[in-house]
Amino acid sequence: MARMYPIKLTVNGIEYERTVEARKLLADFLRDDLELTGTHVGCEHGACGACTVIMNGQTAQSCLMLAVQADGAEILTVEGLADGAGLHPIQQAFLDCHALQCGFCTPGVLLSAHALLQENSHPTEEEIRQGISGHICRCTGYVNIVKAIQAAAEKTAVAPLNAK
Amino acid sequence: MKPAQFDYFAPAKIRDALALLEEYKDEAKILAGGQSLMPLLNMRLARPRALIDINRITSHSYIRRENSVLAIGALTRHREIETSPLVRQKCPVLAEAVRWIGYPQIRNRGTMGGSLAHAHPAAELPAVVTALRGELRVIGPAGERTVKAEEFFQGFFTVALEPNEILSEVRLALWPKNAGFSFKEINRRHGDFAIAGVAALISLNERKECAESSIVLAGVNPTPLRAKRSEKLLKGRKITRDIIETAAALAAEDSDPPSDVHGSADYRRELVKVIVRRALEEAGARAMQNEK
Ligand SMILES: Cc1cc2nc3c(=O)[nH]c(=O)nc-3n(C[C@H](O)[C@H](O)[C@H](O)COP(=O)(O)OP(=O)(O)OC[C@H]3O[C@@H](n4cnc5c(N)ncnc54)[C@H](O)[C@@H]3O)c2cc1C
Ligand code: FES
Ligand code: FES
Repeated sequence: MARMYPIKLTVNGIEYERTVEARKLLADFLRDDLELTGTHVGCEHGACGACTVIMNGQTAQSCLMLAVQADGAEILTVEGLADGAGLHPIQQAFLDCHALQCGFCTPGVLLSAHALLQENSHPTEEEIRQGISGHICRCTGYVNIVKAIQAAAEKTAVAPLNAK
Repeated sequence: MKPAQFDYFAPAKIRDALALLEEYKDEAKILAGGQSLMPLLNMRLARPRALIDINRITSHSYIRRENSVLAIGALTRHREIETSPLVRQKCPVLAEAVRWIGYPQIRNRGTMGGSLAHAHPAAELPAVVTALRGELRVIGPAGERTVKAEEFFQGFFTVALEPNEILSEVRLALWPKNAGFSFKEINRRHGDFAIAGVAALISLNERKECAESSIVLAGVNPTPLRAKRSEKLLKGRKITRDIIETAAALAAEDSDPPSDVHGSADYRRELVKVIVRRALEEAGARAMQNEK
């Protein structure tokens, strides 16, 4: 039997204590152990951005981290963006601007957009494009994603971070 | 794919990490930012018996000025370098180069030490650290030693590190305030590894001739390539258009680029000529500007 490692972490404001195998990726832990399947897994080598989460305030690709490494961390996944039934302003802007089609890339892009707007409430188009450069979207061509982030920036100069 | 099984350790002290390396020898791997190692583990191209995660060794994450040297701890993240006012002010060529590494997510996690130890032939930091005549501090069971960047990078993904050693710090010599710098790279998309890249620095003497220059290429050789003939040509000369053209041609001649899906060797050599020209024009113009 592989050795199990105890971890304790906060995801979307909820504290979890679990034991994991050392080799379990954070992405798989979120999806399989916590059943938070909003975090998507595309490439498993850091190239597509689908698995992006916010860890201790910064974006990270959860396919390039082990669950054991997140011991003690505070994580925000796409499930933590919306407050109850209402969409987060960035999610609403994506809906309004038609910034998603199949939606596979969307959870990751939303979190990068969120991290960007936390740091820079009025990004230029170039800054937005840099901010989402770690994401591959096979559907939209990015134009509407950029528009949505601009719209969200206008609406929410200071969007509150929902991870409590 | 998913990683194969391994034992996991997250020591808080470098001493404990060294003891683990002694125990597992070449069956252990150090895990820093994981932005190069994790893909290898996921694809099972690396299958270490033990993974020694050094992310809890917080003592090795810092950027400090020590007289004419900028000392950077091995665990300093790319993002910290990118946003450091000290780096922007004292070592702008590094601030410029680090922006070219991957994407925000990669820069949030990836570390200076990891990038140098991994030594991807097209990586930005090995080239810049070589251009700044960097010295690398390495800790092993017998104590500490210092290696010059030019000797550290030995070959394709090969560096002067023993399996029981840890890279702990990089020390960069600061250039005079009036030196001009430039970092140029060409890739298909910003964030991809460079098809060809160059870091250049030029300082001028009182006659506004080149006192000292440093020109180091990325992506066109198994290791960062110092364009020594170009540097020699510039020394003591005015930075004119003709001199720049000749220096760029020499750098292209001296590079030994690979042919791959991103470009043929000939194409890369042509790119070297273009980016070295642009870099020297920019570094030269900045040095002249600073003289005013
Ligand atoms: C999609 C993607 C795009 C990227 N684009 C670029 C790019 O454009 N340019 C670029 O330069 N890089 C790029 N990278 C790589 C990134 O810069 C990595 O951060 C870097 O190469 C390795 O640093 P790390 O801290 O993540 O090291 P890790 O992945 O943790 O380790 C890399 C290697 O170094 C060893 N190591 C790490 N730290 C030490 C130490 N202190 N002492 C001894 N050995 C050590 C490890 O054992 C391992 O063998 C990219 C990565 C991805 C996933
Ligand atoms: S699944 Fe993590 S970046 Fe693609
Ligand atoms: S909406 Fe389909 S990949 Fe982006």
